[in-house]
Amino acid sequence: MENIHYLEEQFQARIDKGERIEPRDWMPEKYRKTHIRQISQHAHSEIVGMLPEGNWITRAPSLRRKVGLLAKVQDEAGHGLYLYSAAETLGISRDEMTMQLLTGKAKYSSIFNYPTLSWADIGAIGWLVDGAAIINQVMLTRTSYGPYARAMVRICKEESFHQRQGYEIMLTLCKGSEAQKAMAQDALNRFWWPSLMMFGPRDEDSPNTAQSVKWKIKRQTNDELRQRFVDITAPQADYLGITIPDPDLKWNEERGHYDFGKIDWEEFWQVVKGNGPCNKERIAARTDAWEEGKWVREAALAYAAKQAQAVEVKQAV
Amino acid sequence: MSNKTKANNEWPLFEVFIRSKNGLEHRHAGSLHAADASMAIENARDVYTRRQEGVSIWVVESKHIAASNPESSEALFDPAEDKVYRHPTFYELPIELKHI
Repeated sequence: MENIHYLEEQFQARIDKGERIEPRDWMPEKYRKTHIRQISQHAHSEIVGMLPEGNWITRAPSLRRKVGLLAKVQDEAGHGLYLYSAAETLGISRDEMTMQLLTGKAKYSSIFNYPTLSWADIGAIGWLVDGAAIINQVMLTRTSYGPYARAMVRICKEESFHQRQGYEIMLTLCKGSEAQKAMAQDALNRFWWPSLMMFGPRDEDSPNTAQSVKWKIKRQTNDELRQRFVDITAPQADYLGITIPDPDLKWNEERGHYDFGKIDWEEFWQVVKGNGPCNKERIAARTDAWEEGKWVREAALAYAAKQAQAVEVKQAV
Repeated sequence: MSNKTKANNEWPLFEVFIRSKNGLEHRHAGSLHAADASMAIENARDVYTRRQEGVSIWVVESKHIAASNPESSEALFDPAEDKVYRHPTFYELPIELKHI
């Protein structure tokens, strides 16, 4: 017991010095578990996040938009893979993580449980959802666990194109006809509040934040990141000439920040608990992909085994 | 590479190394699952070189990598700490001397 206590103190001292923790280093069990939960949740979000956008690939309004959206969705698959690999270094298998997603044991970002009803939603997602994700992910490039931080560096390099393609879609719609501008406004109306919820519960309702900050898993709190997002995004909405659906949103000279209205946390918890508009549809799509891909996974393994055997026979002859 | 929970029929894990351009070494990029080495190279191409990050890929099954144990780090690496005579600045020469 005393030994554990000593190891934990040494571990904290390494974190305080700004050292990174690598897979084979000793770490408290809770540090490991917290990371498995957070990294796998992040990976699942990338994978489930492909679904609402995939919905519009075949209906993109031009080839330019289509190749951009395809590339973005492909990046998200890649980001999911970087993150799953990072989580695997902590001793959980890929299949186990998949099972946790499909059985509902593991969560993913609640934003992906909202439907994409119009093409403007693709613009709003790139601008707002990827914008919010970038703020979180830039912080995470400095997180204390090495493989997670490295995955984040790679992701952040690729992510800025996602946000720009989204904003360009919004800008084009806002410069278009009245109907197109109304479409952009409608997408903003529906995605604004869920985007703010992406940063997670308020600091006072987030009991794990203190420990996460101490271990440098997070380096800023949910509310700090949310404020940063609002400050960055409000002028971008002004530039588009559309209105953020919050009557309380206004610049506060004294604070040097935007004030904004109250978030409907009841909605957030409902969606987290599985009662959002698309929760069931998303998990059903992932379950289908997993089950229908089973024979492919098995066939590839059987083929690889056969090839290996053929090589052995050749060498023996 | 750590103590994995046992999974049924999971494709093996490969470590991926990428040469970003000729003249530079292959560097560890990350890892991925594949049924065999040739599939690992194809997957690595899609996962790690979507933006011309590489001109050459190495893959090796993760289980073939032997790694030093962090617990022996002191024994392995600390002895180098007090060997300052392995660095050029240890040797005192007059500053007017050039090209040395």
